[in-house]
Amino acid sequence: MSFPWAEQYEPKSPLMKWIDSRLPLPRLVFNAVGAGYPVPRNINIWYNFGVLAGVALMIQIITGIVLAMHYSAHVSTAFNSIEHIMRDVNSGWLIRYLHMNGASFFFIVVYIHIFRGLYYGSYKAPREVVWMLGVVILLLMMATAFMGYVLPWGQMSFWGAQVITSLFSAIPLVGEPIRQWLVGGFAPDNATITRFFSLHYILPFVILGVVILKIWALHIPGSTNPTGVDVKGPQDTLPFHPYFTAKDFVSLCIYLLAFATVTFFLPNALGHPDNYIPANPLSTPAHIVPEWYLLPFYAILRAFTVDLLFIEAKLWGVIAMFSSILLLLFLPWLDTSKVRSNAYRPLYRTFFWILVVDVLVLGYVGAMPAEEPYVRIGQIATMYYFAHFLIILPIVSAIEKPLPLPNSIAEAVLAKAQKLAPQATPAPGSAVAQPAE
Amino acid sequence: MVRLIGMAIGAIFVFVLAWAALVPREAAAPDPVKLLHKEPREVSFAHSGPFGTFDRAQLQRGFAVYKQVCSACHGLYHIHFRNLEDIGFSEAEVKAIAAEYEVPAIDPNTGEAITRPAIPSDKWPRPFPNETAARAANNNAYPPDLSLIIKARKNGEAYVYSLLTGYGEEPPAGFEVPDGLNYNPYFHSVNIAMAQPLMVDQIEYADGTKATVDQMAKDVTAFLRWAAEPELERRRQAGIATLIFLAILTVLAWLSYRRVWAGVQH
Repeated sequence: MSFPWAEQYEPKSPLMKWIDSRLPLPRLVFNAVGAGYPVPRNINIWYNFGVLAGVALMIQIITGIVLAMHYSAHVSTAFNSIEHIMRDVNSGWLIRYLHMNGASFFFIVVYIHIFRGLYYGSYKAPREVVWMLGVVILLLMMATAFMGYVLPWGQMSFWGAQVITSLFSAIPLVGEPIRQWLVGGFAPDNATITRFFSLHYILPFVILGVVILKIWALHIPGSTNPTGVDVKGPQDTLPFHPYFTAKDFVSLCIYLLAFATVTFFLPNALGHPDNYIPANPLSTPAHIVPEWYLLPFYAILRAFTVDLLFIEAKLWGVIAMFSSILLLLFLPWLDTSKVRSNAYRPLYRTFFWILVVDVLVLGYVGAMPAEEPYVRIGQIATMYYFAHFLIILPIVSAIEKPLPLPNSIAEAVLAKAQKLAPQATPAPGSAVAQPAE
Repeated sequence: MVRLIGMAIGAIFVFVLAWAALVPREAAAPDPVKLLHKEPREVSFAHSGPFGTFDRAQLQRGFAVYKQVCSACHGLYHIHFRNLEDIGFSEAEVKAIAAEYEVPAIDPNTGEAITRPAIPSDKWPRPFPNETAARAANNNAYPPDLSLIIKARKNGEAYVYSLLTGYGEEPPAGFEVPDGLNYNPYFHSVNIAMAQPLMVDQIEYADGTKATVDQMAKDVTAFLRWAAEPELERRRQAGIATLIFLAILTVLAWLSYRRVWAGVQH
């Protein structure tokens, strides 16, 4: 489905006509990411991160498939097979560093994408399913990344697996049997590494499937835009191709510049040195920390330090950690404000920026040892995280008086253009609507 | 309904966390080891910085230090003799170095376990057959593999250099160094099993460089950086080429973006 003014696909050559009447794949592409998909003309740079996330996923899948050709999933050979890739496989170091840092960059892009969605109210009707599929992708990404980190079988791999799987043992009665079933033994061992490799290989394709569903769901209403106002007519949109393909290509180049800089010049800056020590079940590292992108959730897990209401501290932490992500599924109903964009919600905008700082604080605390003052800072930051989504957001959206919205996207675009260059008149041929007077 | 349940759950979490935050903490006793522990001293090399390349003469000196001193207890698990061609040895020199070592083999006629002189495709022989033997010979300490040590320690080069030159300080009065251990403030527990490994003029450099402790520590650190990241120079060269390519591509992408969007307000 698309807007009625979307350009229609018309095959020109006989060959394309022949294909279109048999397998209309070119038509599908044309309507999905071609000239047949009208996009709000005013979307800004923050809307490019969805495409970047797709590229990051493809980089992970391609480099991962190559790595799997050389990797050996066995406790006695896994660590050495990584060093074999780094030293003896042609350009193996490049493939491996791309995959390692590609995971970090995938998360950077996805986190920015999520915060963009939060800021511009992208989770609100009629895009609830788009948002919820995004949360599913985030959960799958976390599981995939965690299992991938275990595969080199270094010290942090082993002890990370030990810590994360032991979370399940916090569940009353059935917890310990569940943990043993997941790990395939009493402690992470060969059974763990083989099943994690198998799942680490298949889950990215599951993610790809959910991404396709998500794009499908997105194309029903189309993207939001910085004003949050619905698209009303052809003057509000531009075709995806060539306008947004050209724009996305610029952001892709900048993304690749940043990615290449880290991969080639600081390849280990985002990792932990302990993972270059082979796994040793008899020697626990001084500080066990997950990869940086899981640190905020690790901080939430560790913020619960007292048994209360007949629930152990550890179980509180596990419940809170899962809740902190799952609550995002309910966001469309927690926020009742009719206004989507935070550009017109001055009160909630303030809380949004507090949330951004709060998540950064949680990430910092997650990297620190469990001692004062970090524990207390982590507890206050976790308190704000839950209060923000579950208490502040419903109240603010009920009492807040939003700023007046523009009548249409085209009007907002024109107002911005006039503010930038007061004498400028729309260039001939441009499809800017005249303001309603 | 969602909002009411959400608020109730939120209130419970906030209450539990507030309780946890308000529970008084026991004052943590300062860790005496932490107070003695020192951050590693920074050190710089020809290969430092984004465009640096290895100093081959230094790597060869470092290799001499490793071969004559470190290799008595520490292995280079991931290094083959053939890799030494990377640091400037000729094929014949590598063959000669390999031939100095005996490696386990199987007699092709009888199938019995024998040893034979090593060849360039062999891995560097380990100093001990297994961890138990290593611990038995080293007062129950296990000398780690050195081929990844630079990547396996935080700020690896500074750490290794500081550790090697960090001996000789007197522990503060009242601090007892356990029997068989040595005081070194750059080690995480400040008591290290390894005795001071480098002494002045312990080895004779082929190029006539004076073998001070500082010089040997620097050289062997540079060698171990190469052992941990043999691809370092190729990686940086490829990186520069990639960045130049991407920079040009970015400019072209920007120009085409400007052209496509010319006259369109957004």
